[in-house]
Amino acid sequence: MSAVASAGTASQPAVHQISEAVIRIAGNSQDGIQAIGGFLARLAGRSEQEVMTFMTIPSTISGGPSIFQVRIGSGEVLSAGDDADMLLAFYDHSYLAHLGSLKPGGIVLYDSDHLKPENIPAENLTKYRHVGVPISSLTVEAIGGTGRDKGKNVFALGLIAKMFDLNVPKLHRLLTERFAGKDPKIAETALNAFNFGYNHQLATATELFQFTVGQNVGKSQVVMNGNEAIAWGLIAAGVRFGAGYPITPWSDIMELLRRELPKYGGQFQQCEDEIASVSMAIGASWGGGVAVTGSSGPGISLKTEAIGWASMAEMPLIVVNIQRGGPSTGMPTSIEQSDLNISCFGGHGDSPRVVIAPSTVEDCFYSAIEAVNIARKYSTPVMLVSDQGIATRIEAFPEPDLKSLVQDISPDLSPVTEHKPYDLSAPDGVTRHLAPGTRIGNGKYPVVTGLEHDELGHPTGSPKLHVAMVAKRRNKLKKLATELPTPKVYGPSEGQVLLVSWGSTQGPTQEAVKLARANGQAISAVHIKYLNPLPNGLENVFAGFQHVFVVELNDEGLYGIGQLGALLRGRYADPRIRGITKTDGLTWKVKEILDRVSQLTR
Amino acid sequence: MSEMAIPFSPLTRGANTNATPLPPLLEVDRKPLTKKDVAADHPTWCPGCGDFSVLALYFKLIEKRKLHHEKITTVAGIGCSSRFPYFVQAHGAHFIHGRALPFASGVALSRPDLHVCVFGGDGDAFSIGGNHFSHTARKNVKLSYVVMDNQVYGLTKNQTSPTSPVGYKSKTDIWGSNDRPINPIKQAISAGATFVARTSATNPNHVLAMMDQAMDHDGFSFIQCLSECVEFHPGAFDAATPRKGGVFAEISKEHDVTDEYAAYRLADEPWPGQFGVFYKTQRPTKNANEAKIISDYRAKTAGQADWQILQKSFDRLK
Repeated sequence: MSAVASAGTASQPAVHQISEAVIRIAGNSQDGIQAIGGFLARLAGRSEQEVMTFMTIPSTISGGPSIFQVRIGSGEVLSAGDDADMLLAFYDHSYLAHLGSLKPGGIVLYDSDHLKPENIPAENLTKYRHVGVPISSLTVEAIGGTGRDKGKNVFALGLIAKMFDLNVPKLHRLLTERFAGKDPKIAETALNAFNFGYNHQLATATELFQFTVGQNVGKSQVVMNGNEAIAWGLIAAGVRFGAGYPITPWSDIMELLRRELPKYGGQFQQCEDEIASVSMAIGASWGGGVAVTGSSGPGISLKTEAIGWASMAEMPLIVVNIQRGGPSTGMPTSIEQSDLNISCFGGHGDSPRVVIAPSTVEDCFYSAIEAVNIARKYSTPVMLVSDQGIATRIEAFPEPDLKSLVQDISPDLSPVTEHKPYDLSAPDGVTRHLAPGTRIGNGKYPVVTGLEHDELGHPTGSPKLHVAMVAKRRNKLKKLATELPTPKVYGPSEGQVLLVSWGSTQGPTQEAVKLARANGQAISAVHIKYLNPLPNGLENVFAGFQHVFVVELNDEGLYGIGQLGALLRGRYADPRIRGITKTDGLTWKVKEILDRVSQLTR
Repeated sequence: MSEMAIPFSPLTRGANTNATPLPPLLEVDRKPLTKKDVAADHPTWCPGCGDFSVLALYFKLIEKRKLHHEKITTVAGIGCSSRFPYFVQAHGAHFIHGRALPFASGVALSRPDLHVCVFGGDGDAFSIGGNHFSHTARKNVKLSYVVMDNQVYGLTKNQTSPTSPVGYKSKTDIWGSNDRPINPIKQAISAGATFVARTSATNPNHVLAMMDQAMDHDGFSFIQCLSECVEFHPGAFDAATPRKGGVFAEISKEHDVTDEYAAYRLADEPWPGQFGVFYKTQRPTKNANEAKIISDYRAKTAGQADWQILQKSFDRLK
């Protein structure tokens, strides 16, 4: 929010034009904070603004702190924003914990029923602008009822709508849609709470804001979070079977697929454990589809043996991994990118598999489709690696052209004369399975297996065949690498520093480049989406720079470099490659990245 | 961002797979399979192993039921008996240790046109795969599971198994096992299996009859088949083998197979116990329950292409 505060009085607040705002909402997990964030994100998506949100939830079921940060802007929004322009604090603890994330001069909108104005330190009053509203008691006044806090989120949304001159008819429609289908009284109550908040006299607010009209994106936008985008992408890709076990933050993908797949004739099974779910998915893949399983943290560890079988038997399979802080139970609701190693190498033996990491919510949707296409084309397990940051982040993106995107990948069961799945002389070097139920004219039927095998899948101890089959499984992925595009450099292709990002670090990394370029620094970035196999040609990208810093959210490890950093070092043996890593469980701030760059280049 | 490096492509079916499809065969033109047609690799089992008998009777079952190759789906985990799919000339899968049931469930649920037969041993079923046994039974997934129980780990050369009797001397219990063994029949009944039978590889007609009934059953059908390991646990089942001086006691016709408590009491009889169908009941299968959910939803989406169904969901995300 770049508007300069000008004179205004409580009776006649000044109105400022702004191009973007970062709003942080802090309270407890049962306060419906995500709902406020969701409404704001939806609204922005339906307007011309770009939007990106950042949400943290506590791993406790109810109670405990929760925040939601929305960045709404008229231009390109790459990250959820380093610091907030406005903080909406429901409690003392939300105020104390999050005041530090507010820009100097920023606005604090607080619930004066919980945070008493007399308890606010005087130095805060000069540094930030405070607006106290008895949100809890006014909500009870507005909607009557039990004296419980339900509805105060919608009341607060009304306050924010007033302060930022948001489109009230659109918000009314969103509220009505959200509560449609339930008791009509509920929607009515929500609208009452909203209107009461909107019409509340913001006695101490000396200014109001208006977003400048952004560029029309030209196409209608859809708003969703990263997990939803993966689930919808899988459906679009033709996946009709999945199996999983609940774990945060993967669970909402399985919930969506369980609910939606029957509409398409498919099904999703909740299993007794992680191992059963990956096994069931592999069974369904053998049945002729491309099935999905997924998990987070410890669940991925449990699945690794079966994933190794899928590598060995060369069975298509999608494994979604929504990374969280590890190891073990770790930090279930924190952001971390520490599963790259297990994604690429998890399990015993040489078990090549494909690893793709989407970087944005939109990318989650398209990456899911692409993962399915790779799994089919190369008859291989594909790890689709997202993280807690993208999983719960809501973004608006141009509506996909579903008519051209939705695929049919149902199996072909028509009879054949003969078949050898693990054909060593196949010109493309890729295994093709026939689904059970397919008649084979010569009466020679294949077996799929985890034992080293001959071309029909029967076990062999032949050293020659093991060498040939290991090479076959490796070479098909080397072939895939030749199909992958060399990533484009963000910024000039020559300079002092190249930042390398993967997954959700793309946004803040690119924003760091923008900021550094504006300050005259020769910094560029490159984003790697395909992590195993890596695309070819990266050495030429690195050649244009004095330093190559890999920005990732994991530990620098014993040798001072993060997981992707080590992978790139291993491949290119290039000492210019160094790591910028951290493990605080939060997304990268632009400033943090640039500070680390200056430390490393000093 | 919306560009995909690997777009959708129709798949070839393999270089060696004749592109021209086989002319359709009329059912009447197809000869029933003989043992020769369905036998594949020569079994790796030791001479005298009880598993030979089970394999031979599976071939007989295929012959008796006039199944064609493509209708046979054989799945196994890891163990001596789990080598089974290699010996059957049909689509088969040899999966990881203990997880044959969830794998087979994935096939059974996604391919209702196939009846999946799962074979395995006591370690695979009741030890490493114990959790899956309970849950597949309770969910009543439609498939048949034959556990060839030899009361020992044979493939790894004589360690105590979950069904080894107390006092059994193995390499891991040189003083004799001191853990109470699992009773597979009681386990199956209490987990919710809807067809529970017990047989012995030494009685071929009985094995065939049990497998035939299991395959007819609409639900999770479980057979415990005593199958002697002549190498490490010889004589284990002599008490149930008439030619070794034992008694093969068949369950009386008076037994009510729908009476869960009667079945449980019967299963608790002292070694060597009785043989036949202990318990059989009808309960909606997982397959039927899922099919019902799907058909209810499909009634609402009838006539719409998949992209149109998805479009409706996306319209709500605007």
